[in-house]
Amino acid sequence: MTVPPHETALLTRASPRAAVLARPSPRHIAIGVSIVIALMLPLFMTSFITFQLTLVMIYGLAILGLNLLTGFNGQFSLGHSAFYGIGAYTAAILMDQADLAYYWTLPCAGALCFVVGFLFGLPALRLQGLYLALATFALATAMPQILKFHLLEPLTGGVQGIAILKPDPPPGVPLSADQWLYYFTLAVLLVMFAGAANLVRSRTGRAIMAIRDHPLAASAMGINTALYKTLTFGVSALYTGVAGALGAIAVQFVAPDSFTFLLSVSLLVGLVIGGVGSIPGSLVGGLFVLFVPNIAESVSSGLAGAVYGVILLLVIYVMPSGAAGLAHLLAARLGIQPNRTYR
Amino acid sequence: MKSITRRSVLAAAPSALVFAALPARAAKQYGPGVTDTEIKIGNTGPYSGPASSYGTIPKSTAAYYRMVNEKGGVNGRKINFISYDDAYSPPKTVEQARKLVEQDNVLLIASPLGTPTNSAIWHYMNQKKVPQLFVATGATKWDDPKRYPWTIGWQPNYQSEGHVYASYILEHKPDGKIGVLYQNDDFGKDYLKGLKDGLGDKVKSIVVEAAYETTDPTVDSQVIGMKAAGCDVFVNTGIPKFAAQAIKKVAEIEWKPLHVISSVGNSVGATLKPAGLENAKDLVTDFYLKDPTDPQWKDDPGYKDWVAFMDQYYSEGDKTDGGNVIGPCFAQTLVQVLKQCGDELTRENVMHQAANLKDFTVPMLLPGITINTGPTDFAPIKQMQMARFDGERWRLFGPLISGAVSG
Repeated sequence: MTVPPHETALLTRASPRAAVLARPSPRHIAIGVSIVIALMLPLFMTSFITFQLTLVMIYGLAILGLNLLTGFNGQFSLGHSAFYGIGAYTAAILMDQADLAYYWTLPCAGALCFVVGFLFGLPALRLQGLYLALATFALATAMPQILKFHLLEPLTGGVQGIAILKPDPPPGVPLSADQWLYYFTLAVLLVMFAGAANLVRSRTGRAIMAIRDHPLAASAMGINTALYKTLTFGVSALYTGVAGALGAIAVQFVAPDSFTFLLSVSLLVGLVIGGVGSIPGSLVGGLFVLFVPNIAESVSSGLAGAVYGVILLLVIYVMPSGAAGLAHLLAARLGIQPNRTYR
Repeated sequence: MKSITRRSVLAAAPSALVFAALPARAAKQYGPGVTDTEIKIGNTGPYSGPASSYGTIPKSTAAYYRMVNEKGGVNGRKINFISYDDAYSPPKTVEQARKLVEQDNVLLIASPLGTPTNSAIWHYMNQKKVPQLFVATGATKWDDPKRYPWTIGWQPNYQSEGHVYASYILEHKPDGKIGVLYQNDDFGKDYLKGLKDGLGDKVKSIVVEAAYETTDPTVDSQVIGMKAAGCDVFVNTGIPKFAAQAIKKVAEIEWKPLHVISSVGNSVGATLKPAGLENAKDLVTDFYLKDPTDPQWKDDPGYKDWVAFMDQYYSEGDKTDGGNVIGPCFAQTLVQVLKQCGDELTRENVMHQAANLKDFTVPMLLPGITINTGPTDFAPIKQMQMARFDGERWRLFGPLISGAVSG
């Protein structure tokens, strides 16, 4: 992004298209600065904060999964704790019983969740709005009990769950285990976020958003609504499942009680706080999900729930369209034109 | 040259400090979180979330430390009890435990609550060599000093209880045919395993093993099946809802077995009243703590002290809730460990002293029950006493029974 001014001028003259590519937009600068900061952070933070930031990225990724479904495709889900749980258990079982390296568990968890999400998306096609919310709610409620089911116990470890070992950094890398996991998660996050940004910008992405905005018009335009909706369900589950696998590796433990309906609600809260339909907003959602309960508890341990509620209300009141909406508003006030606008 | 001189002075300084510190360290040895005036203790508990009814346990523990501090602390040091909410969610427990150990620098984590939550930090605590003392859960696995030398339980585990039922049955109905009702998870299976181990070569006298799922609507068919199989001993290890259903069904089908009910389901309010007190007559169970609703303790000095403590330091707490009985007991046991440590408050010595409790007792344990631990014995409480329901309340009878089982 550091192109000397005279070269930019040359490029501008050569081709207008190249100029668009070469001139760093405010958005690109923001992304670049964020990545540099993210790379530097663990060098100055304690291992506990590094661990917390790793969890923020993981929740951010899970919220991005929900965002693809709810924010971009307009399908509501209260069941993403189930996909997160499936991803986490896939990683834990593969590491514990098949001795698979931790990095191989991510594609496995993603693939399995894609299939489960796609299959769940088929019956969900018949359901809209509140009814879909109820169906996905059922999925979230069933998940912990399925994990405790006695026939699955040899795999899942029943109520006791599965403990796994934290991966060591590769030999010769002078990082602690927490720092290594942070960078590993950051790398996965960047790839997945770039993938989501590309998906949303593509022809497919426009079809997905058209279905959200007006399903009837979308199908009149020749979009196969059923296919796109189920595919979005699958991709959304894939993202959340990969986050679940990372979460299992970071926490080193999975148990049915980790993936209750409350997790789904947390993800939904993060989605709304970050901004429905905003990719970077998902990370803000992750920050909120992890840190605000701790802040609420430090204000008053007896009334932590009430304090959390008050903070939530204030945040929604101050930025009704989430962090992303606020960022757009500020950018507009400052006269910076974002090169692309999302809803 | 100047800079070299300065550097060498700086290099020499730490070693000089170490030498200066050495004589002092021989007298007082402090681990993380300990000063001359304070000991930092960490804890996690479910103040919110699905198990928040247990939140009163760490609250009553904290209240007890407040009283200890007002009376001068332990060996002159105040206890700084830092307790965080984990909402009974294992990943949150990991986060909070790491915060306690890495950020708050606590000496140890005491009486963290819940089986899944303690399982989540089990490896971490042992990897970091931070004591995880007197965990508030009845699972048997905490008594495993070889593999997990930094974790120790407190209450009698479910397998020990199973043992106690077995010895009672062997004594009173040696030729009985036994039917067992258990919850189909680790908690229920712990009971079943303890019972089987306790029966030894008489294990064949168990003729029906009936499991239930927590999602089952009733356990009627399991109970009817046992009567049909000719059982005359019924070991009922269900949680209150299912234990009550079973008691009712036993009365309905006019089955008269020797009916043993586990400590999980022996609450008068939660199990026996819904089942009908007249149906619960002659049930037998086991206790290790004084039941605060039992009038026989009203003149007991330990009970009176507890009531006085509750009134002064935790007046909002419910005095009929067993959680408020066990909470202060955890605190009293830890205070004893810290007293034994003297001025050598290192993590190693804490663990050493936690495994060196000899005939220690706390006021709300049943009379005669003592806490004993050793390097190979991480199950502090092993004794219980049987009780029979007389139609109104539990009456303790017989001697204390020991059912030591290690994980």
